[in-house]
Amino acid sequence: MNTVATRPASEGGGFSLFRYAAPHLFYPLAGKLVPLFAVLATVLAAIGLYMGFFVAPTDFQQGDSYRIIFIHVPTAWMAMFLYLVMAFWAAIGLAFNTRLSMIMAHSLAPTGALMAFIALWTGAFWGRPTWGTYWVWDARLTSTLILLFLYLGYIGLQAAIDDTRRADKASAVLALVGVVNVPIIYFSVQWWNTLHQGASVKPGGSTMATVMLTAMMIMVFAFWMYCIAIALYRARVLILEREKRAQWVAEMVAAGKA
Amino acid sequence: MQWGSLENFLEMGGYGFFVWSSYGMCVAIVVAELVMGRARRRRALAEVARESQLAAQRAVAAQGRS
Repeated sequence: MNTVATRPASEGGGFSLFRYAAPHLFYPLAGKLVPLFAVLATVLAAIGLYMGFFVAPTDFQQGDSYRIIFIHVPTAWMAMFLYLVMAFWAAIGLAFNTRLSMIMAHSLAPTGALMAFIALWTGAFWGRPTWGTYWVWDARLTSTLILLFLYLGYIGLQAAIDDTRRADKASAVLALVGVVNVPIIYFSVQWWNTLHQGASVKPGGSTMATVMLTAMMIMVFAFWMYCIAIALYRARVLILEREKRAQWVAEMVAAGKA
Repeated sequence: MQWGSLENFLEMGGYGFFVWSSYGMCVAIVVAELVMGRARRRRALAEVARESQLAAQRAVAAQGRS
């Protein structure tokens, strides 16, 4: 198992974006970006929650139960969006055999799974007062549950295969196959007559009150920034784990600069 | 301020249980993810240090043999 070779293929000119595809260049860059995105996430969450609880009024139909929307919709969107990003990196990893792409895909999976879980959980606690039930086998709910299982399957497959490269490839294929589920979730409320309400936010207009919508969108950005921060953080840890015998890692850790 | 008192705020117009169960789980998961992430990073750093120690020992042993 040769993990010492860290000479980046991109070094010596070429397109500069690929420069950071080399783990030893990506690692310090990500280290600078993590606190930036973490601060953005914290500030946005503080503003969004303040608006959601203290500026946005009580809904005339749903009372205050609707305030679950400020975490339900952002996490549900992130669960879908992160899956697409994960599948994108998996595809790049399969096509170009780049280690960092696989690391990015791998690093997004746990956060995606947690977002899907929070979306389902908050949906259950919103469904109970509005529909009278925590769960129904509705198309939107069921396809989101499948999304959670796809994330868990990806993580499980990755963990089940000892050889890292083979694990990367096998789980990347699974990630790509699962992409078909994302449009199913998105269009489920149109394709099937479901209990879950249709989209109140869509391209070309929204049916939500402005304050509520603003608070919700701020929370969407807060979760987005959080996901970027934690994914970059986890990617750094994965690099440490996978390159633990590489000289640049040993030197960096010894110098206390990891 | 629309709530008037902390009790009213926690009450959430009668939906307190549902609202706070949702937010509570969300906060718990984010905190757990951060704590576990940090623990994993510490383990990874310790592993790197152990690996370089082993490499140094192997180098010394190889020198001793030659």
